Amino acid sequence: MPSLSQPPSIDVHDMHFSYGDACALKSITLAIPENRVTAMIGPSGCGKSTLLRCFNRMNDEIPGARVTHGSIHIGGIEIHHPSVDVVKLRRNVGMIFQKSNPFPRSIHDNVAFGLQLHGSQNRDLIAESVESALRSAALWDEVKDRLHDSALGLSGGQQQRLCIARSLAVKPRILLMDEPCSALDPIATAKIEDLVRTLKEQYTLIIVTHNMQQASRISDHTAFFYLGELIEFSDTLKLFSNPSNPLTENYIRGTFS
Amino acid sequence: MLNPQSLIRKGLPKGHFKDRLVRVLLGATTYFIVLIAALLFAKIIKDGAPVLFTSQAPYVDLGFLLDKNQTLHVFDDAQGVRHQLPASAYNDYLKQHEGAPIYNPQTFSYSGGGIVGPIVGTALLTIGSMILALFFGVCAAIYLSEYAKQNPFIHAVRLAILNLAGIPSIVFGLFGFAVFVLAVPVITSTPSDRSLLTLPLFIGDYMLSFQGWNSSLMAGCATLACMILPVIITASEESLRAVPQGFRDASLAMGATRWQTIRKCVLPFSLPGILTSSLLAITRVAGETAPIMFTAAVAAKDDLPWESLAHPFDLLSSQVQALPYHIYTLAARIPASEYTRRAQYGSVFVFLILVMALSLGSMVLRAKLRAKLKW
Repeated sequence: MPSLSQPPSIDVHDMHFSYGDACALKSITLAIPENRVTAMIGPSGCGKSTLLRCFNRMNDEIPGARVTHGSIHIGGIEIHHPSVDVVKLRRNVGMIFQKSNPFPRSIHDNVAFGLQLHGSQNRDLIAESVESALRSAALWDEVKDRLHDSALGLSGGQQQRLCIARSLAVKPRILLMDEPCSALDPIATAKIEDLVRTLKEQYTLIIVTHNMQQASRISDHTAFFYLGELIEFSDTLKLFSNPSNPLTENYIRGTFS
Repeated sequence: MLNPQSLIRKGLPKGHFKDRLVRVLLGATTYFIVLIAALLFAKIIKDGAPVLFTSQAPYVDLGFLLDKNQTLHVFDDAQGVRHQLPASAYNDYLKQHEGAPIYNPQTFSYSGGGIVGPIVGTALLTIGSMILALFFGVCAAIYLSEYAKQNPFIHAVRLAILNLAGIPSIVFGLFGFAVFVLAVPVITSTPSDRSLLTLPLFIGDYMLSFQGWNSSLMAGCATLACMILPVIITASEESLRAVPQGFRDASLAMGATRWQTIRKCVLPFSLPGILTSSLLAITRVAGETAPIMFTAAVAAKDDLPWESLAHPFDLLSSQVQALPYHIYTLAARIPASEYTRRAQYGSVFVFLILVMALSLGSMVLRAKLRAKLKW
């Protein structure tokens, strides 16, 4: 995978995905534009997280999970092609998980983890990158005096932003977020949402969320999934004000059955 | 509406006596077990503590811990004074009192001197077997928990490992004897007569000879390691699985390889668990007699294991004394008398203290590491 100077777009074309024999995604076709926030909504089990985990091939870790048909192109490259180095792919496509998962180490070591992983030895360079990553994640001012304290002493929202900083430190081009705010209080959620808005200047962001207000607040485009199928994908404003599919309308009105 | 008055009980509650009875029975069973353990400890401490501890400074009979094991000579001199002397002191006495008559001489094997030989032998066996068992055990555990696909075959492998833990230690002893003592290959230029198979190596006149390691420290370590492997593998796998999946996901999502993830995000956080469970396994290794009876242990040995070696590596192929085997020898091979009690109870007491110290150490270590590593 070549290093990408511009945040790339993601092209999913007629993709089918299965866990063993169970089909999880059916014929998904969607084009996610670069430098935008794209939200994926839908009821639990609709396949939105599965699709998200396809973009950095985290599904490779699940036995029996595979793309059965179709393709995903990121920046013009088919990511499931055997010649793609999945390690390099993941370096370019970072991921934030639903449950914040900082390592039980210091704040500094958490952010430096990815850098050391990829061979950085220079302490000054690492310190610089750690600071810029923490600044990008809007966490620097809160932790700059206790970089060497355990990351587990941070609040839930701070831990999640630390995880974002940790991902940003390896300089990805795309950031995938899997319900990043589902365990956070409204204030911490607001901070993450602000962060998402600023990050889209440099990154392509995809966020899976159960919170439709959140999707409408922060995203430029929204995709609605239901039972493994993409029902509707359009501008967030249009999808929430004037959905073209009755299923979407029922879901966002909360009259879903 | 419920009548509040009906909540006030009249007389004893229903099932009162049955409840009491069950409580008393369960309690009695528990304390009966405690009583047995207490009696055992009391007996050993009562008879063993006076051997090790003395009333004068330094309050510990260092001679018993640091002297070599000898035969005890008991005799009366001409004045009718009874002497108990270990072999070396006995020889000195004979030289000093040349020609003096000796009455009622008796000898008790292994009962004089101290037990430094068995202590260092047990230490060497324990260290060697733990190194082997930890290496193989942790490797197997990493494979089982991180790499292997969780299919029926792997479940069968895991079951087989668990079953290995239930095999009696004497079977491991015989297995070790058959394999490590008699059959494993060694590289030598002079194969022994009982070699099962010799293969030329075409390097000088060296041959690969399947003749075993004889009864030796390394055969004993290998046998003990086999015995303890299932415990180490199971405990290590549990510690590895206790590391949250989120750590692995985070590391992989940052572009770490599988091995980098294990080395930096899984092993460091599971190592405390692996080490503390292994410390508990140490007490078992240190205490077993059966696996080393045929593979490493010797009842009497004049030198400490590292003394009078032609080459440092010969330590591995020398036989050693061991505390549990020493206790077995004292109990089963020599007649019990008032003169052997010191060696017998002293050895058991020292052994008990060592095992207790190891257990306590592992508990303290675990408590400390648990407090430090939380997620």
